[in-house]
Amino acid sequence: MARFIVRRLLVAIPVLFGLSVILFLFLRLLPGGGPAEAILGQHATPQLVAQITATEGLDKPLYVQYLNYVGRLLHGDFGASFIDGREVAATFLIKFPATVELTIGALIFAVGLGIPLGRLAARHPNSWIDGIVTVISLFGISIPVFVLGYTLAFIFGVELHWLPTFGQLDPRLPINPVTHFAIIDAILAGHWYVIDAVAHLILPSIALGTIPLAVFTRITRASVIEVSNEDYVRTARAKGLTDRRVNDRHIMRNAWLPVTTVIGLETGALLAGAVLTETVFSWNGVGSWVVSSIQNHDYIVVQSLILIFATIFLTVNLIVDVGYAFLNPRIRYS
Amino acid sequence: MTLPIQSSVAAETGNPSIEPGPQEGVDVEVSLESLSQWQLALRRFLRHRMALVGLAVFSAIILIAIIGPIVAPYNPLDIPGARLEGGDPPSLQHLFGTDDAGRDVFTNVINGAHISLAVGLFSTLIAGIIGVIVGAIAGAAGGFTDNLLMRIVDVTFAVPLLFLILVAAVFFGQGSMIALILVFGLLQWGLIARLVRAQFLSLRETDFVEAARAVGVSNLRITFRHILPNALGPVIVVLTLLMASNIVLEAFVSFLNFGIAPTEATWGNALSNSQGAMEDGNWWWAFFPGMAIALTVISINFIGDGLHDALDPRARL
Repeated sequence: MARFIVRRLLVAIPVLFGLSVILFLFLRLLPGGGPAEAILGQHATPQLVAQITATEGLDKPLYVQYLNYVGRLLHGDFGASFIDGREVAATFLIKFPATVELTIGALIFAVGLGIPLGRLAARHPNSWIDGIVTVISLFGISIPVFVLGYTLAFIFGVELHWLPTFGQLDPRLPINPVTHFAIIDAILAGHWYVIDAVAHLILPSIALGTIPLAVFTRITRASVIEVSNEDYVRTARAKGLTDRRVNDRHIMRNAWLPVTTVIGLETGALLAGAVLTETVFSWNGVGSWVVSSIQNHDYIVVQSLILIFATIFLTVNLIVDVGYAFLNPRIRYS
Repeated sequence: MTLPIQSSVAAETGNPSIEPGPQEGVDVEVSLESLSQWQLALRRFLRHRMALVGLAVFSAIILIAIIGPIVAPYNPLDIPGARLEGGDPPSLQHLFGTDDAGRDVFTNVINGAHISLAVGLFSTLIAGIIGVIVGAIAGAAGGFTDNLLMRIVDVTFAVPLLFLILVAAVFFGQGSMIALILVFGLLQWGLIARLVRAQFLSLRETDFVEAARAVGVSNLRITFRHILPNALGPVIVVLTLLMASNIVLEAFVSFLNFGIAPTEATWGNALSNSQGAMEDGNWWWAFFPGMAIALTVISINFIGDGLHDALDPRARL
């Protein structure tokens, strides 16, 4: 197992190395006067040019600049926005919890509904139930996140006034941001404020979770049907085991394998997919930060965020792979 | 001298594998009715009811994209001003209502079709062509070349695609449809390359390739005549789904104001303009363009589902 993990880690390193080189060169090769002027673009002032030249070491040879860059990264220094001067790492720690919260909300919705639906369809393959579930999941994959988001906001927010459609918490509530997880902060503040935090999370989670919901439904259905046709399931049934026991012990245990892999992969995709959901629901997370940074040409922030996201993505993939190998011994020994 | 002995051994030990198993049944059907693989796939596709519905709807959308601008009731550049602040609701004059500038939403939806379809189709073609070439080289060459190409693919996979597209859109001419097509295509071939390579690796081990090799067919001919055609089935399915996702992606990018110039009538721009309109209760601005995107993507996904069952019957998802 340890060897497996090490081998997977060794694959991730060249990827991150390659990416850091590309991102590094990307900033240096921007068109524009000198390198500092190019990075700053419309923000260039003599003062900022001098500052960036100093912090990025732009007057030194390229390889020295690159080594400095990697050295700073390894110390957790991701640079600072030259627009508001804030450290990328510090802002990230404030905004990332909001994105994680949204991702978890979407996952709970998608897993909680998708797996039962997939099992239901698989129990009656090619029946009308299966047909309805298939059509629902195809619709779910096809509806663009923001169309669904605005529709949900319109129906449940604007027309029915059931749920909030803006931000993570009612700004009038006296809640101190301690952890920056809205739900945890609300619990810490007491007074059942947590209900407000959960209410804010519902619509964005449904909007973000609908595509994974469809994916989980389909993979669960396919996996359960495939396992149900295995010889050992037929044997179990022939032995006279109850339906329930066959389902729980023989089918689901094996059907879980591909489902968990897909859940893991979708988690990485969700973190990135939050960009649109956060924009629709004014969610103050990393996704909307990425969009505004790109819009503002705040390239140091963009460069660092891409690298951070890639690292998170590779880490999630690694956890998925290791988890899969843990669940499925056949992978470990091959 | 050794040949006859080998073949007799093969005849004795190899017999069980020659017997048609449940999976070889398909091949037997081929030889009996002498239908090609593609004819069989077509037959399976035509039995797929949802796929046929999808095909009908998608054909109608293509038709609208082609003749729509000619028959559209209003000029998309006409900005007569709306009677009501925030746009007029749907009526007989304006089937889908108007936006606050008085532009007919129905006309915009019809005019947006060809841009969405063009971006979806051409970006997918670019991704497909590069992906098949790179994947085939990696799968056929193996070794160092394979490793290098796949690590490059890994790098493109590690970064969220939407971020890259937004950054690229800022750099390479925001507002131009061709730039958007190139950006989508050049950033998405990795998926296809990986798939084609995986197909190559598994097909290389199959009996018919081994047979071809044993008969002395050249490597080049094996690659192009035996492996590539068989690898294409799953690739076509994934390309269909990629086209659907690229249509959504165009809308995403335009929605975030990184896409095609806001003066053009595209579905994404219509949605982008409608930000805030929903909250004021003017649902029709966003609803109809949104439904146009959803309907297009759903019909393509239905077709993809049918193609999946038809071209890749053994790996049903």
